[in-house]
Amino acid sequence: MVTVWFSLVVLCWVLFFVLEGFDFGVGVLGPVLGRDDHERGAIVRTVGPFWDGNEVWLVAAIGVTFAAFPDWYAALLSGFYLPMAALLLLLAVRGVALEFRGKGDGERWRRRCDTALAASSAAIVLLWGAVLGVLTHGLALGADGEVTGAGLSRSLDPLLSWPALAGAGLAFYAALLIGAVFLALRTTGPVHARARRWSVRLAAAGTVVLGGAGFATGSRLVLAAAALCMGITLVARHGRELVAFGITALGVAGAVVAVFTAHGDVVLRSTLDPAWSLTMTGAAATDSALRLLSVVGVVVLPGVLVYQAFSYWVFRRRVASERVPS
Amino acid sequence: MDVLDLTRLQFAVVTIYHYFFVPLSISLAATAAGLQLTWLRTGDDKYRDLTKFVGKLLIVTFAVGVVTGLVQEFQFGMGWSAFARFYGDVFGPTLAIEGMLAFFLEATFLALWYFGWDRLPRTVHAATIVVVALGTVMSAFIILAANSFMQNPVAYTLDPVTGRARLDDFGALLLNKVNLAAFPHTLAGALMAGGSLLLAIGVWRLRAAGEAGFRTLARLGAWLTVAGGALTALTGDHLGKVITEVQPMKMAAAEALYATTTGAPFSVFAIGGPDGGEPFLSVEIPKLLSILAAGSPGATVQGLDDLQAQYAAQYGPGSYIPMVPVAFWTFRLMIGIGMLAAAVAAYYLWGTRKGRTAHPLVLRLLPLIPILPAAANTFGWIFTETARQPWLAFGISRVADGISPGLTRGEVLASLIGFAVVYGVLAVVWLRLVRHLSRQPLAPAPAAAEPAADKIPVPVY
Repeated sequence: MVTVWFSLVVLCWVLFFVLEGFDFGVGVLGPVLGRDDHERGAIVRTVGPFWDGNEVWLVAAIGVTFAAFPDWYAALLSGFYLPMAALLLLLAVRGVALEFRGKGDGERWRRRCDTALAASSAAIVLLWGAVLGVLTHGLALGADGEVTGAGLSRSLDPLLSWPALAGAGLAFYAALLIGAVFLALRTTGPVHARARRWSVRLAAAGTVVLGGAGFATGSRLVLAAAALCMGITLVARHGRELVAFGITALGVAGAVVAVFTAHGDVVLRSTLDPAWSLTMTGAAATDSALRLLSVVGVVVLPGVLVYQAFSYWVFRRRVASERVPS
Repeated sequence: MDVLDLTRLQFAVVTIYHYFFVPLSISLAATAAGLQLTWLRTGDDKYRDLTKFVGKLLIVTFAVGVVTGLVQEFQFGMGWSAFARFYGDVFGPTLAIEGMLAFFLEATFLALWYFGWDRLPRTVHAATIVVVALGTVMSAFIILAANSFMQNPVAYTLDPVTGRARLDDFGALLLNKVNLAAFPHTLAGALMAGGSLLLAIGVWRLRAAGEAGFRTLARLGAWLTVAGGALTALTGDHLGKVITEVQPMKMAAAEALYATTTGAPFSVFAIGGPDGGEPFLSVEIPKLLSILAAGSPGATVQGLDDLQAQYAAQYGPGSYIPMVPVAFWTFRLMIGIGMLAAAVAAYYLWGTRKGRTAHPLVLRLLPLIPILPAAANTFGWIFTETARQPWLAFGISRVADGISPGLTRGEVLASLIGFAVVYGVLAVVWLRLVRHLSRQPLAPAPAAAEPAADKIPVPVY
């Protein structure tokens, strides 16, 4: 039961990072790929109907983590207090910028929203990447399951470490790549052409950099990522956009799974004393709570997936970025 | 302020702020659904235009509600991890179920509705907004169940080994009698919040532009406000009785009733009294408190002093009396301001009957009316939450025991400043957008449609 719920928690996080991953990437790429107000509007419209539904996977992920593993939820969020507060504020700015862009008045308002959207999306991706990076390493958990330390540095210091920096860099790259691939899939016209060029270039660059790093460190995981990038490069060059998107999404999903299962059944590693690490069973809720959740999970989750898929189907049409001569 | 007080302040600030937008989302979604169904039935395009108009208000309001609601879900772990561990079994599933069941519905179907005007068949499209409206109501019910547990813990056992609450029966948790009383009261309050916003916009636009549709909007808003007011009074009376039963200390604090009294009067207001001394000015209605609290003029209402002695014997030494002046005044402000809003709306309906125009002064002041229900709702929540002190979950867990043990003052202060700044900016932007949206004519809005959408091929993958 505990393992099933651990898998479901990871599934929710995977869906969040894959689905929001592309709309974060689209947010960052907006001012880069959209040359004018009209093109940037087309870029925002590619995610307009979806981003809110995507973000709900964060609500689900954190809610299910709380429900199934209350100790994990408590240690994670209080331990990452300031990064989480920053993430929430950035998500607030980003959501509002997306939703308010088309409702305000004039081009200046929209340009401001585009800037806020790009800046907040970039910062969110970097922060999440850093948090995931730290998770592979562990936190300074004390015997009571809380992160120790004093002042602001208690929850900020972990972000100034090498795993955090590597995580931030990789996440930023992944968001750009999946954003570009998604835009290539969802648009027509000049934005489409640019997004396609960018996705090929980004994937090729990833192949070289990750390949080099993989051979240098001998890490099979990094080599696999490099191989994936090579695949994306080839497929994107041939304009097979759905396949390219599928492979990229698979890569992001794999990375998230790798982070969550990095330490076997230890869900949160203590860097102070291995005995203080939080294990899957140690952090789990009672059986009765898990049983209740299972009923809901079996009934509700498939339904959610069905109607979200339906919404992607309704808005399957590509967004035009070329100007229609009037 | 120490870490505990700062964390409490932070919780209060983000929760109150979130709750400015929640009632509006609930009532605007219901109103949009009602208007669209009316349009489907009558075929009168005025209702379609009004639906789209209300829909745009709903979208911007919902967006702020979503991003501030996300904070709510995180802060139990961030600032109150000890409470999250203690209460995880009860609250975790409730929150998860609310997210998966209700919130997913709202977010996905609101997008389908807003962007789907030209893509979905008419009835399917109307169904999507009905789903959104049902989703908001369902959200409210499930979340209020979690709050009701804190007022009146039910359906749990305390695990003797871990000392944590263990959920026994989810159905019983949802059907907590506090929830059954608080849920309709909350919906009625939401009706007033949304109604008064529509009333304000309708009156303002009618004065500025004179479009006939805005008269419909204003009168609809006024009706919703009046109906909401009547329902809040009825449901509030019931909720008061339930609370008197499960949290007698809370109602005693609301009345600043120190000594147990038979045939207790209701104090309309008192100056100098609530801190315990004899008030030098007070207006009282004889026997009303006994009627309100227990449904009979001769009933005995327990006073603070007796309850304190009783709790000290039951739970150990310490003070169990909440801040009485806060409870006393927020309770009165909640009722007074809420009823004022309903009265103003009723006066507007009376003044504009049969095509008449209301008094110019009323018209000039009416655009400010949304402040009233928002204030009444806020005072209601401050009363509910502060008059529960020192308990987090009444009788089993104290506020001081719920805070994250590792949390430092610097962290909370930094995040509090962050929230204050960003939320302040959000409020200004939201107000400006609502004003901007309200200025647009009630004509069919082509906003959601893509230019020349028909020329764009469905992609062949």
